[in-house]
Amino acid sequence: MRYSGLKVITEGLFGNRGWTPAWRDPAPKAEYDVVIIGGGGHGLATAYYLAKNHGITNVAVLEKGYLGSGNIGRNTTIVRANYFLPGNSEFYSHSLKLWEGLEAELNYNVMHSQRGLINLFHSDGQRDAFVRRGNAMINQGDDAILLDREGVREHLPYLDFDNTRFPIYGGLLHPRGGTARHDAVAWGYARGADRRGVDLIQNCEVTGIDIEGGVVRGVQTTRGAIRARRVGIVVAGRSSQVAAMAGMRLPIESHVLQAFVTEGLKPVINHVVSFGMGHFYISQSDKGGLVFGGDLDFYASYAARGNLPMVEHVMEAGMTLMPMIGRAKVLRSWGGIMDMTPDGSPIIDRTHVEGLFIDCGWNYGGFKAVPASGWCMAHLMATGEPHEVARKFRLDRFATGHLLDEEGTGSQHNLH
Amino acid sequence: MRLTCPLCGERDRREFYYYGAEDYLHRPSEGAPLSEWDSYLHLRDNVAGVVRDLWYHEAGCAQWLVVTRNTVTHEISGVELVAERAK
Repeated sequence: MRYSGLKVITEGLFGNRGWTPAWRDPAPKAEYDVVIIGGGGHGLATAYYLAKNHGITNVAVLEKGYLGSGNIGRNTTIVRANYFLPGNSEFYSHSLKLWEGLEAELNYNVMHSQRGLINLFHSDGQRDAFVRRGNAMINQGDDAILLDREGVREHLPYLDFDNTRFPIYGGLLHPRGGTARHDAVAWGYARGADRRGVDLIQNCEVTGIDIEGGVVRGVQTTRGAIRARRVGIVVAGRSSQVAAMAGMRLPIESHVLQAFVTEGLKPVINHVVSFGMGHFYISQSDKGGLVFGGDLDFYASYAARGNLPMVEHVMEAGMTLMPMIGRAKVLRSWGGIMDMTPDGSPIIDRTHVEGLFIDCGWNYGGFKAVPASGWCMAHLMATGEPHEVARKFRLDRFATGHLLDEEGTGSQHNLH
Repeated sequence: MRLTCPLCGERDRREFYYYGAEDYLHRPSEGAPLSEWDSYLHLRDNVAGVVRDLWYHEAGCAQWLVVTRNTVTHEISGVELVAERAK
Protein backbone atom coordinates (compact mmCIF):
# COMPACT_ATOMS: atom_id res chain seq x y z
CA MET A 1 0.00 0.00 0.00
CA ARG A 2 1.33 3.38 -0.99
CA TYR A 3 0.83 6.11 1.62
CA SER A 4 -0.35 9.57 0.55
CA GLY A 5 -2.29 12.55 1.83
CA LEU A 6 -5.26 11.47 -0.28
CA LYS A 7 -5.11 8.00 1.29
CA VAL A 8 -5.23 9.50 4.78
CA ILE A 9 -8.29 11.59 3.86
CA THR A 10 -10.20 8.76 2.18
CA GLU A 11 -9.42 6.34 5.00
CA GLY A 12 -10.59 8.97 7.47
CA LEU A 13 -13.89 9.28 5.61
CA PHE A 14 -14.49 5.52 5.59
CA GLY A 15 -13.63 4.62 9.17
CA ASN A 16 -9.95 3.71 8.64
CA ARG A 17 -10.93 0.18 7.69
CA GLY A 18 -8.63 -0.06 4.69
CA TRP A 19 -5.21 0.06 6.36
CA THR A 20 -3.17 -3.13 6.13
CA PRO A 21 -0.14 -4.22 8.21
CA ALA A 22 3.03 -2.39 7.19
CA TRP A 23 4.99 -5.64 6.92
CA ARG A 24 4.45 -9.40 6.91
CA ASP A 25 5.24 -11.69 9.85
CA PRO A 26 6.90 -14.62 8.07
CA ALA A 27 8.26 -17.82 9.60
CA PRO A 28 11.99 -18.26 8.99
CA LYS A 29 12.97 -20.25 5.91
CA ALA A 30 15.70 -22.90 6.13
CA GLU A 31 18.13 -20.88 4.02
CA TYR A 32 18.81 -17.32 2.88
CA ASP A 33 21.49 -15.64 0.82
CA VAL A 34 22.01 -13.11 3.61
CA VAL A 35 21.07 -13.10 7.29
CA ILE A 36 21.23 -9.84 9.23
CA ILE A 37 21.37 -10.30 13.00
CA GLY A 38 19.59 -7.36 14.61
CA GLY A 39 16.35 -5.64 13.63
CA GLY A 40 17.24 -2.13 14.74
CA GLY A 41 17.80 0.93 12.59
CA HIS A 42 21.15 -0.16 11.18
CA GLY A 43 20.08 -3.76 10.53
CA LEU A 44 16.83 -2.77 8.83
CA ALA A 45 18.59 -0.13 6.73
CA THR A 46 21.21 -2.71 5.70
CA ALA A 47 18.47 -5.10 4.57
CA TYR A 48 16.68 -2.29 2.71
CA TYR A 49 19.76 -1.21 0.76
CA LEU A 50 20.80 -4.81 0.04
CA ALA A 51 17.46 -5.16 -1.74
CA LYS A 52 17.25 -1.67 -3.21
CA ASN A 53 20.85 -1.03 -4.31
CA HIS A 54 22.13 -4.53 -4.95
CA GLY A 55 19.04 -6.58 -5.86
CA ILE A 56 19.72 -9.06 -3.05
CA THR A 57 16.24 -9.85 -1.73
CA ASN A 58 16.60 -13.37 -0.32
CA VAL A 59 17.43 -11.80 3.03
CA ALA A 60 16.26 -12.35 6.60
CA VAL A 61 16.54 -9.86 9.45
CA LEU A 62 16.56 -11.72 12.78
CA GLU A 63 15.41 -9.72 15.80
CA LYS A 64 15.34 -11.20 19.31
CA GLY A 65 12.58 -8.82 20.45
CA TYR A 66 10.38 -6.68 18.23
CA LEU A 67 11.59 -4.48 15.39
CA GLY A 68 13.11 -1.24 16.60
CA SER A 69 13.09 -2.30 20.26
CA GLY A 70 16.68 -1.25 20.91
CA ASN A 71 18.52 2.02 20.61
CA ILE A 72 16.62 3.16 17.51
CA GLY A 73 13.59 3.61 19.79
CA ARG A 74 15.53 5.01 22.74
CA ASN A 75 17.66 7.87 21.44
CA THR A 76 17.43 11.66 21.34
CA THR A 77 16.88 11.74 17.55
CA ILE A 78 19.59 14.18 16.47
CA VAL A 79 20.69 14.24 12.83
CA ARG A 80 23.86 16.17 11.93
CA ALA A 81 26.99 16.13 9.77
CA ASN A 82 29.46 18.17 11.77
CA TYR A 83 32.43 15.85 11.93
CA PHE A 84 36.01 16.90 11.43
CA LEU A 85 38.29 13.94 10.71
CA PRO A 86 38.69 12.56 7.20
CA GLY A 87 36.98 9.18 7.40
CA ASN A 88 34.17 10.46 9.60
CA SER A 89 33.44 13.66 7.70
CA GLU A 90 32.53 12.13 4.33
CA PHE A 91 30.54 9.35 5.98
CA TYR A 92 28.24 11.61 7.98
CA SER A 93 27.94 13.97 5.03
CA HIS A 94 26.71 11.04 2.93
CA SER A 95 24.29 10.08 5.69
CA LEU A 96 22.80 13.58 5.91
CA LYS A 97 22.20 13.60 2.15
CA LEU A 98 20.37 10.29 2.48
CA TRP A 99 18.29 11.75 5.33
CA GLU A 100 17.27 14.64 3.11
CA GLY A 101 15.70 12.27 0.60
CA LEU A 102 14.56 9.61 3.05
CA GLU A 103 10.84 10.34 3.23
CA ALA A 104 10.40 10.30 -0.55
CA GLU A 105 12.68 7.25 -0.76
CA LEU A 106 10.70 5.24 1.80
CA ASN A 107 7.24 6.74 1.17
CA TYR A 108 7.17 7.15 4.94
CA ASN A 109 6.97 10.22 7.13
CA VAL A 110 10.07 10.09 9.33
CA MET A 111 9.41 13.70 10.40
CA HIS A 112 12.92 14.78 9.46
CA SER A 113 13.15 18.38 10.63
CA GLN A 114 16.22 20.45 9.67
CA ARG A 115 15.70 22.96 12.42
CA GLY A 116 19.39 23.80 12.82
CA LEU A 117 21.93 22.67 15.37
CA ILE A 118 23.89 25.17 17.48
CA ASN A 119 27.04 24.10 19.36
CA LEU A 120 27.91 26.76 21.92
CA PHE A 121 31.43 27.90 22.77
CA HIS A 122 32.70 29.70 25.85
CA SER A 123 36.30 30.79 25.28
CA ASP A 124 38.63 32.09 22.58
CA GLY A 125 40.33 28.74 22.31
CA GLN A 126 37.06 26.95 21.86
CA ARG A 127 36.04 29.48 19.21
CA ASP A 128 39.22 28.70 17.26
CA ALA A 129 38.44 24.98 17.45
CA PHE A 130 34.91 25.61 16.18
CA VAL A 131 36.15 27.78 13.31
CA ARG A 132 38.38 24.90 12.33
CA ARG A 133 35.53 22.41 12.59
CA GLY A 134 33.22 24.70 10.63
CA ASN A 135 35.78 25.01 7.86
CA ALA A 136 36.12 21.22 7.72
CA MET A 137 32.34 20.94 7.38
CA ILE A 138 32.28 23.53 4.57
CA ASN A 139 35.19 21.81 2.81
CA GLN A 140 33.19 18.61 2.96
CA GLY A 141 30.34 20.40 1.18
CA ASP A 142 28.10 20.77 4.20
CA ASP A 143 27.05 23.96 5.95
CA ALA A 144 28.37 25.79 8.98
CA ILE A 145 27.94 29.38 10.15
CA LEU A 146 29.95 30.92 12.95
CA LEU A 147 27.73 33.01 15.23
CA ASP A 148 29.06 35.56 17.66
CA ARG A 149 27.39 36.20 20.98
CA GLU A 150 24.76 38.50 19.48
CA GLY A 151 24.21 36.07 16.64
CA VAL A 152 23.43 33.33 19.15
CA ARG A 153 21.17 35.72 21.06
CA GLU A 154 19.06 36.26 17.93
CA HIS A 155 18.38 32.54 17.72
CA LEU A 156 18.37 31.61 21.41
CA PRO A 157 17.42 34.70 23.45
CA TYR A 158 16.47 32.59 26.46
CA LEU A 159 19.97 31.35 27.31
CA ASP A 160 21.91 32.64 30.31
CA PHE A 161 24.70 34.40 28.42
CA ASP A 162 26.50 35.71 31.48
CA ASN A 163 27.14 32.55 33.43
CA THR A 164 30.32 33.21 35.41
CA ARG A 165 31.97 29.86 34.69
CA PHE A 166 30.92 29.44 31.05
CA PRO A 167 29.84 32.79 29.54
CA ILE A 168 28.56 32.28 26.01
CA TYR A 169 31.00 33.63 23.40
CA GLY A 170 29.10 32.33 20.39
CA GLY A 171 28.10 29.18 18.58
CA LEU A 172 28.59 27.12 15.46
CA LEU A 173 25.30 26.87 13.57
CA HIS A 174 24.77 23.82 11.35
CA PRO A 175 21.53 24.79 9.56
CA ARG A 176 20.97 21.38 7.95
CA GLY A 177 21.21 19.63 11.32
CA GLY A 178 18.04 18.73 13.17
CA THR A 179 15.94 15.84 14.38
CA ALA A 180 13.74 13.02 13.09
CA ARG A 181 11.09 10.69 14.49
CA HIS A 182 13.23 7.76 15.63
CA ASP A 183 10.70 4.90 15.58
CA ALA A 184 9.46 5.96 12.17
CA VAL A 185 12.94 5.50 10.73
CA ALA A 186 12.94 1.85 11.82
CA TRP A 187 9.38 1.36 10.61
CA GLY A 188 10.04 3.06 7.28
CA TYR A 189 13.08 0.91 6.55
CA ALA A 190 11.25 -2.21 7.77
CA ARG A 191 8.31 -1.56 5.47
CA GLY A 192 10.59 -0.74 2.54
CA ALA A 193 12.66 -3.90 3.05
CA ASP A 194 9.55 -6.07 3.47
CA ARG A 195 8.03 -4.73 0.26
CA ARG A 196 11.17 -5.79 -1.60
CA GLY A 197 10.90 -9.34 -0.29
CA VAL A 198 13.08 -9.25 2.85
CA ASP A 199 11.79 -11.49 5.67
CA LEU A 200 11.63 -9.60 8.99
CA ILE A 201 11.63 -12.28 11.68
CA GLN A 202 10.85 -11.12 15.20
CA ASN A 203 11.18 -12.96 18.52
CA CYS A 204 14.06 -14.87 16.98
CA GLU A 205 17.24 -14.74 19.06
CA VAL A 206 20.51 -15.90 17.54
CA THR A 207 22.19 -18.39 19.88
CA GLY A 208 25.12 -19.48 17.72
CA ILE A 209 27.00 -18.80 14.50
CA ASP A 210 27.88 -21.84 12.38
CA ILE A 211 31.39 -21.73 10.96
CA GLU A 212 33.09 -24.50 8.98
CA GLY A 213 36.69 -24.24 7.86
CA GLY A 214 36.75 -20.50 8.43
CA VAL A 215 33.59 -19.90 6.37
CA VAL A 216 30.24 -18.90 7.81
CA ARG A 217 27.42 -21.40 7.09
CA GLY A 218 24.50 -19.92 9.00
CA VAL A 219 23.13 -19.27 12.46
CA GLN A 220 21.39 -21.15 15.26
CA THR A 221 18.33 -19.40 16.62
CA THR A 222 15.52 -19.88 19.10
CA ARG A 223 13.37 -20.62 16.03
CA GLY A 224 15.70 -23.22 14.56
CA ALA A 225 18.82 -23.31 12.42
CA ILE A 226 19.02 -20.99 9.41
CA ARG A 227 21.64 -21.48 6.70
CA ALA A 228 23.14 -18.42 5.04
CA ARG A 229 26.03 -17.63 2.73
CA ARG A 230 26.63 -14.27 4.32
CA VAL A 231 25.85 -13.08 7.85
CA GLY A 232 25.96 -9.54 9.20
CA ILE A 233 26.18 -8.74 12.92
CA VAL A 234 24.37 -5.43 13.55
CA VAL A 235 23.49 -5.53 17.24
CA ALA A 236 24.86 -2.32 18.83
CA GLY A 237 25.29 -2.70 22.62
CA ARG A 238 25.19 -6.51 22.42
CA SER A 239 27.94 -6.73 19.78
CA SER A 240 30.45 -8.35 22.13
CA GLN A 241 28.09 -11.22 22.98
CA VAL A 242 27.17 -12.02 19.37
CA ALA A 243 30.73 -11.62 18.09
CA ALA A 244 31.90 -14.01 20.84
CA MET A 245 29.76 -16.69 19.13
CA ALA A 246 32.25 -16.43 16.26
CA GLY A 247 35.24 -16.48 18.61
CA MET A 248 35.86 -12.75 18.42
CA ARG A 249 36.85 -10.31 21.15
CA LEU A 250 35.86 -6.79 20.13
CA PRO A 251 37.34 -3.39 20.95
CA ILE A 252 34.08 -2.46 22.64
CA GLU A 253 32.86 -1.76 26.16
CA SER A 254 29.11 -1.25 26.63
CA HIS A 255 28.13 1.79 28.67
CA VAL A 256 24.89 3.37 29.84
CA LEU A 257 23.78 6.75 28.51
CA GLN A 258 20.73 8.40 30.03
CA ALA A 259 18.18 10.68 28.40
CA PHE A 260 15.17 12.60 29.64
CA VAL A 261 11.91 14.00 28.35
CA THR A 262 9.53 16.49 29.94
CA GLU A 263 5.79 16.85 29.69
CA GLY A 264 4.57 18.40 26.43
CA LEU A 265 4.97 22.17 26.23
CA LYS A 266 4.10 24.79 23.64
CA PRO A 267 6.90 25.42 21.10
CA VAL A 268 9.76 27.07 22.95
CA ILE A 269 13.06 25.61 21.71
CA ASN A 270 13.33 25.72 17.94
CA HIS A 271 16.82 24.30 17.46
CA VAL A 272 19.00 21.53 18.72
CA VAL A 273 21.29 23.22 21.25
CA SER A 274 24.43 21.63 22.63
CA PHE A 275 26.36 22.92 25.63
CA GLY A 276 29.52 20.84 25.43
CA MET A 277 31.20 22.35 28.48
CA GLY A 278 28.25 21.28 30.61
CA HIS A 279 27.80 17.93 28.84
CA PHE A 280 24.24 18.88 27.99
CA TYR A 281 22.13 19.04 24.83
CA ILE A 282 18.45 19.66 24.22
CA SER A 283 15.75 19.88 21.57
CA GLN A 284 11.97 19.91 21.62
CA SER A 285 10.01 17.09 20.02
CA ASP A 286 7.12 17.77 17.67
CA LYS A 287 4.86 16.49 20.45
CA GLY A 288 6.19 19.26 22.70
CA GLY A 289 8.39 17.40 25.16
CA LEU A 290 11.85 18.76 25.87
CA VAL A 291 14.26 15.96 24.99
CA PHE A 292 17.65 16.27 26.61
CA GLY A 293 20.64 14.39 27.89
CA GLY A 294 24.22 14.53 28.97
CA ASP A 295 27.23 12.27 29.13
CA LEU A 296 27.67 8.60 29.90
CA ASP A 297 27.37 7.40 33.48
CA PHE A 298 31.00 6.36 32.79
CA TYR A 299 30.93 2.76 34.09
CA ALA A 300 30.33 -0.31 31.92
CA SER A 301 26.68 -1.36 32.13
CA TYR A 302 23.96 -3.41 30.45
CA ALA A 303 21.28 -2.34 32.92
CA ALA A 304 19.52 0.04 30.47
CA ARG A 305 19.10 2.43 33.40
CA GLY A 306 21.49 4.86 35.01
CA ASN A 307 22.26 6.31 38.41
CA LEU A 308 21.11 9.50 40.09
CA PRO A 309 24.41 11.43 40.09
CA MET A 310 24.23 11.81 36.31
CA VAL A 311 20.55 12.76 36.51
CA GLU A 312 21.49 15.53 38.93
CA HIS A 313 24.39 16.66 36.74
CA VAL A 314 22.24 16.90 33.61
CA MET A 315 19.52 18.86 35.42
CA GLU A 316 22.14 21.25 36.82
CA ALA A 317 23.67 21.80 33.39
CA GLY A 318 20.25 22.45 31.88
CA MET A 319 19.41 25.00 34.55
CA THR A 320 22.80 26.65 34.08
CA LEU A 321 22.25 27.06 30.36
CA MET A 322 18.54 27.89 30.17
CA PRO A 323 16.96 28.73 33.53
CA MET A 324 13.54 29.00 31.88
CA ILE A 325 13.13 25.22 31.76
CA GLY A 326 13.19 24.94 35.56
CA ARG A 327 9.44 24.61 35.86
CA ALA A 328 9.06 21.90 33.23
CA LYS A 329 8.31 18.53 34.78
CA VAL A 330 10.44 15.59 33.72
CA LEU A 331 8.06 12.92 32.50
CA ARG A 332 10.48 10.03 32.17
CA SER A 333 14.12 9.08 31.88
CA TRP A 334 15.80 6.03 30.47
CA GLY A 335 19.18 4.53 29.69
CA GLY A 336 20.46 2.90 26.53
CA ILE A 337 23.34 0.49 26.02
CA MET A 338 26.12 2.15 24.01
CA ASP A 339 28.75 0.13 22.16
CA MET A 340 31.76 2.33 22.97
CA THR A 341 34.98 1.90 20.98
CA PRO A 342 38.40 3.14 22.16
CA ASP A 343 38.43 5.97 19.59
CA GLY A 344 34.74 6.88 19.50
CA SER A 345 34.32 5.87 15.85
CA PRO A 346 32.37 2.94 14.41
CA ILE A 347 33.30 -0.31 12.68
CA ILE A 348 31.88 -1.56 9.35
CA ASP A 349 34.12 -4.38 8.20
CA ARG A 350 34.77 -7.99 7.31
CA THR A 351 35.83 -10.36 10.07
CA HIS A 352 38.36 -13.21 10.21
CA VAL A 353 35.50 -15.54 9.16
CA GLU A 354 34.73 -15.53 5.44
CA GLY A 355 31.17 -14.34 4.80
CA LEU A 356 30.79 -12.86 8.30
CA PHE A 357 30.58 -9.06 8.54
CA ILE A 358 30.14 -6.66 11.44
CA ASP A 359 28.63 -3.20 11.83
CA CYS A 360 29.05 -1.90 15.39
CA GLY A 361 30.75 0.61 17.66
CA TRP A 362 28.34 3.48 17.12
CA ASN A 363 29.05 4.83 20.59
CA TYR A 364 26.23 7.27 21.35
CA GLY A 365 26.00 8.65 17.81
CA GLY A 366 24.33 5.89 15.88
CA PHE A 367 20.97 7.43 15.06
CA LYS A 368 22.14 9.98 12.49
CA ALA A 369 24.32 7.30 10.92
CA VAL A 370 21.47 4.86 10.24
CA PRO A 371 21.01 5.59 6.49
CA ALA A 372 24.72 5.63 5.60
CA SER A 373 25.52 2.71 7.88
CA GLY A 374 22.88 0.59 6.14
CA TRP A 375 24.06 1.85 2.75
CA CYS A 376 27.73 1.02 3.45
CA MET A 377 27.11 -2.28 5.24
CA ALA A 378 24.93 -3.41 2.32
CA HIS A 379 27.69 -2.37 -0.09
CA LEU A 380 30.28 -4.32 1.90
CA MET A 381 28.12 -7.45 2.18
CA ALA A 382 27.13 -7.36 -1.50
CA THR A 383 30.51 -6.57 -3.05
CA GLY A 384 32.97 -7.71 -0.40
CA GLU A 385 34.66 -4.31 -0.51
CA PRO A 386 34.27 -1.35 1.87
CA HIS A 387 32.23 1.56 0.56
CA GLU A 388 34.29 4.64 -0.29
CA VAL A 389 32.87 6.76 2.56
CA ALA A 390 33.27 4.00 5.19
CA ARG A 391 36.72 2.78 4.19
CA LYS A 392 38.36 3.89 7.43
CA PHE A 393 35.91 2.11 9.75
CA ARG A 394 38.19 -0.92 9.91
CA LEU A 395 38.04 -3.51 12.67
CA ASP A 396 41.82 -3.81 12.80
CA ARG A 397 42.56 -0.09 13.00
CA PHE A 398 43.22 -0.33 16.74
CA ALA A 399 45.93 -2.92 16.20
CA THR A 400 47.48 -0.96 13.33
CA GLY A 401 47.22 2.46 14.99
CA HIS A 402 44.89 4.04 12.42
CA LEU A 403 42.51 5.39 15.04
CA LEU A 404 39.74 7.90 14.29
CA ASP A 405 39.72 9.78 17.57
CA GLU A 406 37.34 12.64 16.70
CA GLU A 407 37.50 14.15 20.18
CA GLY A 408 41.17 13.46 20.76
CA THR A 409 40.59 11.90 24.17
CA GLY A 410 42.72 8.76 23.90
CA SER A 411 42.20 4.99 24.00
CA GLN A 412 39.71 4.70 26.82
CA HIS A 413 36.28 3.37 25.93
CA ASN A 414 34.23 5.74 28.08
CA LEU A 415 35.96 8.99 27.13
CA HIS A 416 34.34 9.53 23.72
CA MET B 1 25.15 3.08 43.45
CA ARG B 2 27.49 2.95 46.45
CA LEU B 3 30.88 1.30 46.76
CA THR B 4 32.40 0.02 49.99
CA CYS B 5 36.02 1.12 50.00
CA PRO B 6 38.18 -1.22 52.12
CA LEU B 7 39.76 1.84 53.77
CA CYS B 8 36.95 4.42 53.88
CA GLY B 9 33.80 2.33 54.14
CA GLU B 10 30.60 2.74 52.14
CA ARG B 11 30.72 5.81 49.93
CA ASP B 12 28.70 7.49 47.18
CA ARG B 13 29.52 6.55 43.58
CA ARG B 14 30.48 10.18 42.92
CA GLU B 15 33.66 9.81 44.97
CA PHE B 16 35.01 7.22 42.53
CA TYR B 17 36.46 7.39 39.04
CA TYR B 18 35.85 4.43 36.74
CA TYR B 19 38.83 3.54 34.59
CA GLY B 20 37.91 0.31 32.83
CA ALA B 21 38.12 -3.45 32.90
CA GLU B 22 40.60 -5.34 35.09
CA ASP B 23 42.58 -5.94 31.87
CA TYR B 24 44.40 -2.69 32.64
CA LEU B 25 46.22 -4.47 35.48
CA HIS B 26 47.83 -6.90 33.06
CA ARG B 27 50.25 -4.61 31.28
CA PRO B 28 52.32 -6.44 28.65
CA SER B 29 56.03 -6.68 29.20
CA GLU B 30 58.34 -4.35 27.38
CA GLY B 31 58.93 -5.69 23.89
CA ALA B 32 55.70 -7.71 23.88
CA PRO B 33 54.18 -8.15 20.39
CA LEU B 34 51.79 -5.44 19.21
CA SER B 35 48.85 -7.86 19.40
CA GLU B 36 49.31 -8.03 23.17
CA TRP B 37 49.26 -4.25 23.43
CA ASP B 38 46.12 -4.15 21.27
CA SER B 39 44.49 -6.67 23.56
CA TYR B 40 45.55 -4.79 26.67
CA LEU B 41 44.44 -1.35 25.47
CA HIS B 42 41.43 -2.04 23.27
CA LEU B 43 39.90 -5.52 23.29
CA ARG B 44 37.42 -6.38 26.03
CA ASP B 45 35.31 -9.37 27.06
CA ASN B 46 32.57 -6.82 27.82
CA VAL B 47 30.54 -9.29 29.86
CA ALA B 48 26.84 -8.81 30.55
CA GLY B 49 27.00 -10.15 34.10
CA VAL B 50 29.69 -10.27 36.76
CA VAL B 51 32.84 -8.33 35.89
CA ARG B 52 35.92 -7.06 37.70
CA ASP B 53 36.89 -3.51 36.90
CA LEU B 54 39.22 -0.79 38.07
CA TRP B 55 38.03 2.22 40.05
CA TYR B 56 39.99 5.00 41.71
CA HIS B 57 38.84 6.50 45.01
CA GLU B 58 39.48 9.98 43.75
CA ALA B 59 37.60 11.91 46.43
CA GLY B 60 38.64 9.59 49.25
CA CYS B 61 41.79 7.65 50.05
CA ALA B 62 43.22 7.88 46.49
CA GLN B 63 43.57 4.11 46.28
CA TRP B 64 43.03 2.04 43.13
CA LEU B 65 40.35 -0.59 43.64
CA VAL B 66 39.21 -3.77 41.88
CA VAL B 67 35.42 -3.85 42.04
CA THR B 68 33.47 -7.05 41.43
CA ARG B 69 30.18 -5.94 39.99
CA ASN B 70 27.21 -7.12 37.96
CA THR B 71 26.78 -4.99 34.82
CA VAL B 72 23.15 -6.06 34.40
CA THR B 73 21.89 -5.37 37.94
CA HIS B 74 24.54 -2.88 39.17
CA GLU B 75 24.96 -5.11 42.26
CA ILE B 76 28.42 -4.82 43.83
CA SER B 77 29.76 -7.96 45.43
CA GLY B 78 33.35 -7.06 46.30
CA VAL B 79 35.87 -4.25 46.50
CA GLU B 80 39.60 -4.94 46.92
CA LEU B 81 42.67 -2.76 47.02
CA VAL B 82 44.92 -3.14 44.00
CA ALA B 83 47.85 -2.58 46.35
CA GLU B 84 46.84 -5.58 48.45
CA ARG B 85 46.53 -7.79 45.37
CA ALA B 86 50.09 -7.04 44.33
CA LYS B 87 51.49 -8.51 47.55
